[in-house]
Amino acid sequence: MTVATDLDTRVELTEERKRRSRLAAIGRFARRNPLGAAGAVVIIVMVVVAALADFIAPYNPVANAFDRMHEPPSFENWLGTDQYGRDVFSRIVYGSRTALLVGFASSFVGATFGLVLGVASAYFGGKIDLIFQRILDVFMAFPLIILALAVIAIFGTGAQNVIIAITIPFIPRCARVVRSSALAIRELPYIDAARANGFSHSRIILRHMIPNVMAPFLIMITAFVGQAILLEASLSYLGLGVQEPTPAWGLMLQGGAEEYAESAPWIAIFPGIAISLAVFGFSLFGDALRDEFDPRLRSL
Amino acid sequence: MTPMEPTGAVRQSAEAAVQVSTVVPDVALEHRRQSERRVALAPELVTIRDLKMHFPVIEGALFSKEVARVKAVDGINLTIRKGETLGLVGESGCGKTTTGRCILRLEHPTGGEILFDGKNLVDLDQKSMQALRQKIQVIFQDPYSSLNPRMKIGEIISEPMKVHGTEPNKAARDARVAELLRLCGLDPKFADRYPHEMSGGQRQRVGIARALSVRPEFIICDEAISALDVSIQAQIINLLEDLREQFGLTYLFIAHDLSVVRHLCHRVAVMYLGKIVELADCDELYSNPLHPYTQALLAAVPVPDPDLERARAHRIVKGEVPSPMNPPKGCVFHPRCPLAVDCCAKIVPEFRELRPGHWVACSVI
Repeated sequence: MTVATDLDTRVELTEERKRRSRLAAIGRFARRNPLGAAGAVVIIVMVVVAALADFIAPYNPVANAFDRMHEPPSFENWLGTDQYGRDVFSRIVYGSRTALLVGFASSFVGATFGLVLGVASAYFGGKIDLIFQRILDVFMAFPLIILALAVIAIFGTGAQNVIIAITIPFIPRCARVVRSSALAIRELPYIDAARANGFSHSRIILRHMIPNVMAPFLIMITAFVGQAILLEASLSYLGLGVQEPTPAWGLMLQGGAEEYAESAPWIAIFPGIAISLAVFGFSLFGDALRDEFDPRLRSL
Repeated sequence: MTPMEPTGAVRQSAEAAVQVSTVVPDVALEHRRQSERRVALAPELVTIRDLKMHFPVIEGALFSKEVARVKAVDGINLTIRKGETLGLVGESGCGKTTTGRCILRLEHPTGGEILFDGKNLVDLDQKSMQALRQKIQVIFQDPYSSLNPRMKIGEIISEPMKVHGTEPNKAARDARVAELLRLCGLDPKFADRYPHEMSGGQRQRVGIARALSVRPEFIICDEAISALDVSIQAQIINLLEDLREQFGLTYLFIAHDLSVVRHLCHRVAVMYLGKIVELADCDELYSNPLHPYTQALLAAVPVPDPDLERARAHRIVKGEVPSPMNPPKGCVFHPRCPLAVDCCAKIVPEFRELRPGHWVACSVI
């Protein structure tokens, strides 16, 4: 009996030690990389705000109030109201949902496609790799926003199409980075061992190569989220992204915001700050992750 | 003799052979002589005929043209008997690893044939090759990069069994993993660990367990002990010897450490620049090397006594190894050979049997 209790306490102790070492690891990360930690805080705040938007936002973000248009920031409307009398703060809070949805969905889907294509390209090598890389070059030649615009022109506007439009330019960028890591892994003896044993191509790619390029993949995802949020805001600002009355930060900068820039600057300033903060947060965190996991990727 | 506890004499002798390269104790010698006699009568398992592996050097991307060829392996002939350990030695870049990779079909040879159990591996279709892959396994040099860092030891060892279907259900595979780990001198608990939690010697044992998992007949040890430190080398050599006896394995032992080869191998082939220059029984080769390159290689093995070492006449081969892209005409060794005469630059030496079982490629001797 005493033995069992002893064992239990020991198990608890190791659990406790594990938790503590994890906390210590986070602490070390924050000390080594204060900017990255700041980025992480921004991301956490953003996720919490998006999750609890219903409780945080004081007003319905899509309800017009024509008796309260262009109100400056006050106790009733913390960040003022826009040209339809909608509460700017509530719209920013709900807008974080759009931003995160588009950001995570497009970067995750884009990076995943890029991961598979990049690893396959590196694994098969030769002519397949060559042709594939030239196709990627064509896609890479277009700036992000131009390619996204082209996709919007084909598929039309709306949240879903915005995600597709942002996903497509990410695929070649991720594929390129993942391929370079995968090329190095392909030459390692454990891949030779797998080939000498006659494992199938899909088994080697999925079980042996992809798990070993996860570091650049995760770094790419975080770096992409910031870019995707910015791209979504740009598309919405151009009227090609998310459509009114959905709360979205880019959309809030459009239309009335320009017209009333002098008389009611809060309509434009606060969503602008939200966009900058979010992009800044994800970029900083992505850079910190990259330094932590794989300093060789610094040139990206 | 169980694999866990080899006889003291064998274990000691391996250590002695590694540390004192010139002395092989009598017990081990007698042991090997017996095994050599047995092997000499065994049927051939692997026959390599005129194997050529030329890598093209390509310039330009889409409209590429071949500008040169690296002749990594240039027409070698070898037979490996069942139960035999054939040593393949030579300096870096002489094509010994490429030969191993051709047998594993990791490279597709430019010419020649490799017969395994009478089947030519070079032009075998995927399906028949898949069946043979189970019988031919490999142990790599670097114990750090030969195991997938994202897989547990148990998964690494059981994966070949899963693919080849030798143990169809999971419980049987787990039992076999435990058995293999024990066989290779590891605790079965290691199955739940990751490679980075183990030492180099332990990882190499995992590599051996993986190779054994599908009950192969032939194992290519590609510098399997070169990356380990000396005390671990002795342990792994003993393990390989024990496994050979227990399962009747055949090894192609690729190495550059001559003292290790002397201890483990029945016959030794010496490679230089893609060709085999000398092939003989182990004792014969070490006591009576005929080819000037082999003589130089053996002379380069340091003697552990510093006085003797200083007094010894060093016969260092002049010059560098020529590029395999543009090997010398005639005998590939002639620019560096102390015995070279005029005709060496013109005539490719024939691989002749100068004494019974002792083959040399040199026109002068």
